[in-house]
Amino acid sequence: MTASPANPTKVRGETILSVDNLVKHFPITQGVLFQRQIGAVKAVDGVSFELRRGETLGVVGESGCGKSTLARLLMRLETPTSGRATLEGKDLFKASGGELRRLRRNMQMVMQDPYTSLNPRMTVGDIIGEPFEIHPDAAPKGSKAKRVQELLDLVGLNPEHINRYPHQFSGGQRQRIGIARALALKPEVIVCDEPVSALDVSIQAQVINLLKQLQGELGLSYIFIAHDLSVVRHIADRVAVMYLGRIVEIGTEDEIYERATHPYTQALLSAVPVPDPEARDQRNMIRLVGDVPSPADPPSGCHFRTRCWKAQDICAVEDPATVPRAADPHPSACHFAELRPTTAA
Amino acid sequence: MTVQPTPASATPEGGHLLELRDLHVEFRTNEGVARVINGVSYHLDAGETLAVLGESGSGKSVTAQAIMGILDTPPAFVRSGQILYKGEDLLTRSEEQRRQVRGKEIAMIFQDALSALNPVFPVGWQIGETLRQRAGMSRADARRRAVELMDLVKIPGAAKRIGDYPHQFSGGMRQRVMIAMALALDPKVLIADEPTTALDVTVQAQIMDLLADLRRELNMAMILITHDLGVVAGVADRIAVMYAGRIVEHADVRSLYKAPAHPYTKGLLESIPRLDVRGQELSTIKGLPPNLMRIPSGCPFHPRCPYVQQVCVDEVPHDLVLGDGRTSACHFAQEVRDDSIAR
Repeated sequence: MTASPANPTKVRGETILSVDNLVKHFPITQGVLFQRQIGAVKAVDGVSFELRRGETLGVVGESGCGKSTLARLLMRLETPTSGRATLEGKDLFKASGGELRRLRRNMQMVMQDPYTSLNPRMTVGDIIGEPFEIHPDAAPKGSKAKRVQELLDLVGLNPEHINRYPHQFSGGQRQRIGIARALALKPEVIVCDEPVSALDVSIQAQVINLLKQLQGELGLSYIFIAHDLSVVRHIADRVAVMYLGRIVEIGTEDEIYERATHPYTQALLSAVPVPDPEARDQRNMIRLVGDVPSPADPPSGCHFRTRCWKAQDICAVEDPATVPRAADPHPSACHFAELRPTTAA
Repeated sequence: MTVQPTPASATPEGGHLLELRDLHVEFRTNEGVARVINGVSYHLDAGETLAVLGESGSGKSVTAQAIMGILDTPPAFVRSGQILYKGEDLLTRSEEQRRQVRGKEIAMIFQDALSALNPVFPVGWQIGETLRQRAGMSRADARRRAVELMDLVKIPGAAKRIGDYPHQFSGGMRQRVMIAMALALDPKVLIADEPTTALDVTVQAQIMDLLADLRRELNMAMILITHDLGVVAGVADRIAVMYAGRIVEHADVRSLYKAPAHPYTKGLLESIPRLDVRGQELSTIKGLPPNLMRIPSGCPFHPRCPYVQQVCVDEVPHDLVLGDGRTSACHFAQEVRDDSIAR
């Protein structure tokens, strides 16, 4: 446990991933031969946050808010239009070659759909062991099978099933295989993109508990992307709420669920069905009208203003910054940020 | 339409609008016979909402398909049982007679509106098709009525959007189009199969509100099929919980959430993270749902049940009546309920 400069001690709570004003616009083109750009889908439109070692940052939002694009950007599966992200101080988007490989090793992903994210023609051993082929130094020669079995054991699968194929497993077990694959290279950050939304409720709890337990054992940091706010509350330390490519509110689990100040967060929370008829009677519901506008043509100023009951003239003109507000000292992108008497319950 | 069942004298058994009695459905496949529905009985009265809750493979959708008469046969076969609509057994009727019931008496909306709608016809035409075919309306009348229906389901600018195609609508609006189609012939029973599963929470809330309003306005009975305990809590009067093709617990909403009397229901309620409760470790139901080709002996839930005893392996539990119209198919229903209250 010597803290040499080359290998500084890893302090829980220090920033491991830092994202600064990340933007991804997908061009919309017209014309066959001479394509010209006529617009852009602003999937991620200026997102900044920090992830600390050992914590879980939940990212919530409705479909089309850019949360999955954000995950793909962080994994460098997409190239950002602009913006910066650093993992342990190294620039994610400038790295290439060997350096990129090292960075990627430190950041892995668990996909949403355990049915399509595993190659049906590969055995579980090959799937979980494939990272070792790209990074041979991660598992000493000859120890690959043993390491795969350790991983299977770690995620609660029978190590003897190493030669089985994905179709021989249930949905929850497949998701465990996906998690084992993500853990193979001992990453420090795992991006989970809707990891439990394809699973039945009774299985969902098993996978959530597994993720929490692994975090405790291995000191992992998670970016946990989900549309289910109840699941996120359960697993996240901090939560970022996205709407049309932007983070509209970010704070600790308590700040978002008990003291939300952004109207969108409040509406989102009040729309979540609570499985208790009595608690439900006491809830103060907000019903949003309409749908999320197209990210190709977001409203001017505050993106949420077209569905917001508080919208004033200023909202169409001035884009509210995600900064701490008077109502509560966590960042919220609303000109009229205020607390609501009953937010979650 | 002379083939309609005549209800006046034909409802001797308490006069339920719709009643399933000991329904058995099996899927005959090359690998063997999967017993998907194993003795399901429930009833529905006018104006009430029954939620059928279960996980994938529990048989909740197949039950609905059997009621509608839209099972894929083969491989699905109704082995035995009765489906009484206004006292008449639908299963004994001819395909043509069932067609008269479908849509006009009992209508259904599906989970995935995009694949349930035809992509190459405008939505107004699709809503009107039912009216032209079944109600004998002229094109112009059908079109007028389609606009009314689209207004009814609160699609903004209905008259302008009648010529639009399904892909031009958002997910929530598509689901509204489906609801409009289902309501075209004024059904008495609406079966909604996971109507909001594919939708975002804010839109889901809109659709559930719409369904509740429509049910009240039109005095329909509704069967809401879902896996989401949260959705059910808001709209249903009664809940039937299904597991491995059986109804394991049946109760009114409040008593079920307050004190589940079947270990499966109890496990489900304890395993969902709740928005209004800051959670610690979620309790889980161990193991996996059974393979329907090899349903465990006795109580099908016994391999996963914390209350399991020898009797559970040997004997299929019968519905234990717990008062207030509650039943639980568990040998230890009383204990489970008492534990739930104590919790």
